[in-house]
Amino acid sequence: MALSENQTERRPRAPLAPWLKSILVTLSSIAVTMLGLLLITFIIGRVMPIDPVLSIAGERASKEVYEQVYYELGLDKPVIVQFFYYLSDVVRGDFGMSLLNARPVSEDIRRVFPATLELATLGVIMGIVLGVPLGVVAAVRRGSWIDQLARVVALVGYSMPIFWLGLMGLLVFYGILGWVGGPGRLGIFFEDIVPTRTGMILLDSALAGEWAVFRDAFSHIVLPASLLGYYSLAYISRMTRSFMLEQMSAEYVTTARVKGMSERAVIWGHAFRNIRVQLITVIALSYANLLEGSVLTEIIFSWPGIGSYITTALLSADMNAVLGGTVVVGLIFICLNIFSDLLYRVFDPRAK
Amino acid sequence: MSDATTWRAWLLTDAPTSRRHARLASFYKGWLSLRGNTMAMVGLGILVGLLLMALFAPYLAPHDWKAQDLGNRLQPLGSPGHVLGTDSLGRDILSRLIYGSRITLYIVTLVALIAPVAGLLVGTIAGYVGGWADVVLMRITDIFLAFPRLVLALAFVAALGAGIENAVLAISLTAWPPYARMARAETLTIRASDYISAIRLQGAGPIRIITRHIWPLCISSLIVRVTLDMAGIILAAAGLGFLGLGAQPPSPEWGAMISEGRRFILDHWWVATVPGLAIFTVSLAFNLLGDGLRDVLDPKDGGIE
Amino acid sequence: MTLLDVQNLWVKFPTRQGIFDAVRGVSFTLGKERLGIVGESGSGKSMTGRAILRLIRPPGIVEADYIRLEGTNLLDLTEKQMRAVRGQRISMVMQDPKFSLNPVMRIGDQIMEAYLLHNRAGRADARKKSLEMLEAVSIRDAERVMRAYPHEMSGGMGQRIMIAMMLIPDPKILIADEPTSALDVSVQRQVLDIMDALVKERGMGLIFISHDLNLVAEFCDRVLIMYAGRIVEVCDADRLHDAKHPYTRGLLNSLPRLDHPRDRLEVLQRDPAWSDAPSVGTQE
Repeated sequence: MALSENQTERRPRAPLAPWLKSILVTLSSIAVTMLGLLLITFIIGRVMPIDPVLSIAGERASKEVYEQVYYELGLDKPVIVQFFYYLSDVVRGDFGMSLLNARPVSEDIRRVFPATLELATLGVIMGIVLGVPLGVVAAVRRGSWIDQLARVVALVGYSMPIFWLGLMGLLVFYGILGWVGGPGRLGIFFEDIVPTRTGMILLDSALAGEWAVFRDAFSHIVLPASLLGYYSLAYISRMTRSFMLEQMSAEYVTTARVKGMSERAVIWGHAFRNIRVQLITVIALSYANLLEGSVLTEIIFSWPGIGSYITTALLSADMNAVLGGTVVVGLIFICLNIFSDLLYRVFDPRAK
Repeated sequence: MSDATTWRAWLLTDAPTSRRHARLASFYKGWLSLRGNTMAMVGLGILVGLLLMALFAPYLAPHDWKAQDLGNRLQPLGSPGHVLGTDSLGRDILSRLIYGSRITLYIVTLVALIAPVAGLLVGTIAGYVGGWADVVLMRITDIFLAFPRLVLALAFVAALGAGIENAVLAISLTAWPPYARMARAETLTIRASDYISAIRLQGAGPIRIITRHIWPLCISSLIVRVTLDMAGIILAAAGLGFLGLGAQPPSPEWGAMISEGRRFILDHWWVATVPGLAIFTVSLAFNLLGDGLRDVLDPKDGGIE
Repeated sequence: MTLLDVQNLWVKFPTRQGIFDAVRGVSFTLGKERLGIVGESGSGKSMTGRAILRLIRPPGIVEADYIRLEGTNLLDLTEKQMRAVRGQRISMVMQDPKFSLNPVMRIGDQIMEAYLLHNRAGRADARKKSLEMLEAVSIRDAERVMRAYPHEMSGGMGQRIMIAMMLIPDPKILIADEPTSALDVSVQRQVLDIMDALVKERGMGLIFISHDLNLVAEFCDRVLIMYAGRIVEVCDADRLHDAKHPYTRGLLNSLPRLDHPRDRLEVLQRDPAWSDAPSVGTQE
């Protein structure tokens, strides 16, 4: 508040166009957020109880080798300079070498990321397709059995440990009923049949026309994706319900009814139109949460995505891999935020 | 009997005679409306049960939680002497579950003390001081919010080392930003109100205004938020435990127990199932209670968010 | 000629403390005239307007012996038949255009929608009609307004748009629920005049709901005074100052008057008996 007052006082300079100013403000805040994100990962990297030199040069490195690596890593420089080294590395997409398999971390991430993307995307689609209508109906028929059902679905979703539910699902649908494929992305007989193009097996196998592979891949992904879908369903339906409740009590809804519109047209043509913007934000957030929520899910289902990658790296003290993975997930978070902010500007006439 | 009714009347008065009287009366009215909410009372009941279980663990547990009996391992549910069976080292699952409640409460209490207090401090200072302090503090808050919580917690644990205290710290570090935002928003509204100007005219300094006038008003929304967040905190702690980054064996932390039972999930399902149900029950209780509290303290909208 | 005949209308809301009667046995008729309903907030005047359109949502309950619109009892209609009544035969203008227009739809679309709902016509036709209607409420650059969003309009403009939108299907009755209360005093008069002219020109009946006794007395032909869900008095607007009921007298005496300057205005003294007395019938 105090800030805006100051800005109106300082007028002599040529005033920027409001839209340009708002874009500049947004861009600079994004830049600061990204910088802060990198600063945090940098600090975590410094604090880690692992000697980066030893982990590269090996435990029994001679003094000369040790010092050589020490200088190569720039560890003799002031911390601030080291941070700039780190920054310029990250900007070039260089997260260093994985200590575990001696490959560039960025290459590893590029390899594992599509698996997570595939899983989370399928999950969020399920969440939207089921969650939005459920939330709308729950709001419109407040107090009905469907509202109660939505409430229970959400409560259970908010209270259930995802990894445990995953285990139970595996036990029931794979172990007992045998309806779905087990852990992993593909059965052993179907591996390495389709060429990797997108890294997403469902897409790759469909592109290659290998429908047997597609079916097998689907039977493997359906359980973890439903699991993630359930969590996003819980969140999306709850938010949709509360947004809709707010809109349905708005006066313009009465206006629409006075005009003689059918209730269905009032709900979808007027009230729902007003929650689209908020809903987009919620879906973006939910998607981001799924990318993260997949950490535990991936462990349960031995899914070779970024969550498994970070965890495995963590347990084997592979610092570069952990930080690289964290930065990538953090950047995706920020990008999704920017994306929903942009859509907000496009869809809401009041934001212009 | 008549004594009780006069107490009731005194508590339900419309014209309180002192500040303490007013506070007690509003507390009592809140309690009455919370008591009317069956689900919230179920939640509260479960939590009281959990507290008692943790307090009287030594008397309730049928066995020593760390006593191994390799000859008696992986006993099913309902086997003699082991109602909930035994785990892979022949330890009694029920006893471990009972002692595990202490760890859960320990984690929840610590996080509930650290994160909201930190958030309250940051938020009220940013909101009250304004200007650069506000910009800088809120930017830091946004940066922390930009991180996915679990991944950030993982990275922190990686830096600090696995263990229950570090897990608490990592969860707190990821949990404070929403409180800061909330406290800032409340501070901004309260700061602009007339009675704050009146107090300021009477010569109250910023510290007095923040601690005596702004904090008390932030508390109720903070309590609701904390209660609703508890479920998330329990799940995060269990997740870290499951990944082997929280409580270390042989600790009977529920997430770690699931992780241990995972290996036998197909043949000995109860080993992983039982602690999962415990986690579910407790976080469900927090969600139910939080929902009810919100209706009482902060009745803006229904349902959980 | 009677357009609307309401007999023994009740609006009830179940609450935790039992059933709350918002409107209690109200009866009145409306011809091609301007009927004012005056009362303080909570007197049931808005609920009466909404009950006629059957806009009270469950759990609210509407009961009446009948609500006859040109002979048909609205309470007997199905929801679908009722939709043909809303907008086309009875329409309503609400208090604040800031809230009663959909914020994310263009004004043109909202007006055209009202027309298309009740007329088999193409969009071009609807557009032409909407422009005419906007001009009828004295909006000059109607083309620009059609493309604009509600938040870009002032309150007075918004309310004129609202009137245009509600009159475009050519209804017989307009219910105006505090149509000027949210507007600047400077534009209130203008909006009222526009509304009045249109109502007269089209031979419509108008129910004007307001808390402002002076405004109603000046603007309407006949006035119903409501208190606690009942009609306590009915009188012709030009003879309002001869009103007998103590509530009406109290209201009148609590207003300052240029022709009777007084040092102290009276404070309205309420008598609990008023709310228990039966509604005044208006069957002539």
